[in-house]
Amino acid sequence: MAKMQSSLRSAIALGSAKDGVHHWWMERISAIALIPLTLWFVIGVIGVAGADYATFSAWLAKPWNAGLLICFIGAAFLHGKMGMEVIIEDYVEPRSVQMMVKVFVNLMAFSLGIISVVSVLIVAVRG
Amino acid sequence: MSLLEERLHRGGPVSPHLQVYNMFALTSFLSILHRIFGAALFVGTLLFVYWIVSAAAGPQAYDAAMNFLGSWFGYLLIFGWSFALFYHMCNGVRHMLWDTGRLLSLKEIYQSGYIMVACALSLTVIAWVVGLSV
Ligand code: HEM
Ligand code: HEM
Repeated sequence: MAKMQSSLRSAIALGSAKDGVHHWWMERISAIALIPLTLWFVIGVIGVAGADYATFSAWLAKPWNAGLLICFIGAAFLHGKMGMEVIIEDYVEPRSVQMMVKVFVNLMAFSLGIISVVSVLIVAVRG
Repeated sequence: MSLLEERLHRGGPVSPHLQVYNMFALTSFLSILHRIFGAALFVGTLLFVYWIVSAAAGPQAYDAAMNFLGSWFGYLLIFGWSFALFYHMCNGVRHMLWDTGRLLSLKEIYQSGYIMVACALSLTVIAWVVGLSV
């Protein structure tokens, strides 16, 4: 997405000199995506809550269910990672520690997101 | 120079810190809950990962995870996570309406706050009543 900020604005350090506007937009786009995805997720999870493995894997083997669950995972981890970055920037000092905490949260979000998607695919394909 | 000093120095924006607010005013209380629940949801994804990874590990692991999640403690965690999710979702909508310049008068901020809490509570109750009866 195009950066909605002029280079002059970055140069004279009014507002963020980094990618604040882009970050802000991505956080909101993922939030909007999460509204329908969350409603679908809650309905879906209630449908299979307490089900045995066979029922659950049959549910996940339906392409729509696997696909939407993967979308939910992607949106939730992206949005959560970005939200956590904002929180970390607000409270964690000095900047060196702030960087390390951010790297940690990024690694967590990416690895847990990928592990979840792979798990969905394993169940969906194996049955 | 710390980040805070640096920002003060160049006259840039400084994030409002918690001590600045009257924490017991409804408005700031609802607002900080959004942040706390957002962070809790992020940590709570671990519960989701545990569930889906157990399923991928096979029927035995899935059954073991079900036993844990079906215990009173598991239910407590899931219930908390579901309320945090509904609250954060409803308040997220409110946040994005503010971002477009809507609902910004003090009166509207209070009204939408009550409506948002009512929606989050209702959605949680509906989800669990329906969930426990099907
Ligand atoms: C269900 C739909 C969701 C919506 C509509 C939503 C909406 C939002 C919005 C609009 C913000 C920005 C608030 C601001 O302007 O300060 C935000 C922040 C945040 N969200 Fe979400 N969100 C949702 C789900 C989630 C989930 C599933 C997670 C966790 C994985 C999460 C974690 C966070 C975090 C950590 C923040 C940062 C909080 C802060 O800066 O105070 N959100 N959310
Ligand atoms: C907003 C989200 C959620 C809502 C509203 C919700 C609701 C419910 C309800 C009502 C039940 C009781 C069902 C019954 O006994 O018939 C239940 C059970 C269960 N939920 Fe959820 N849930 C949510 C999220 C999750 C998540 C994220 C997980 C996975 C980590 C999960 C895993 C389970 C499991 C394993 C059980 C059944 C345990 C058992 O009966 O042995 N739920 N949930």
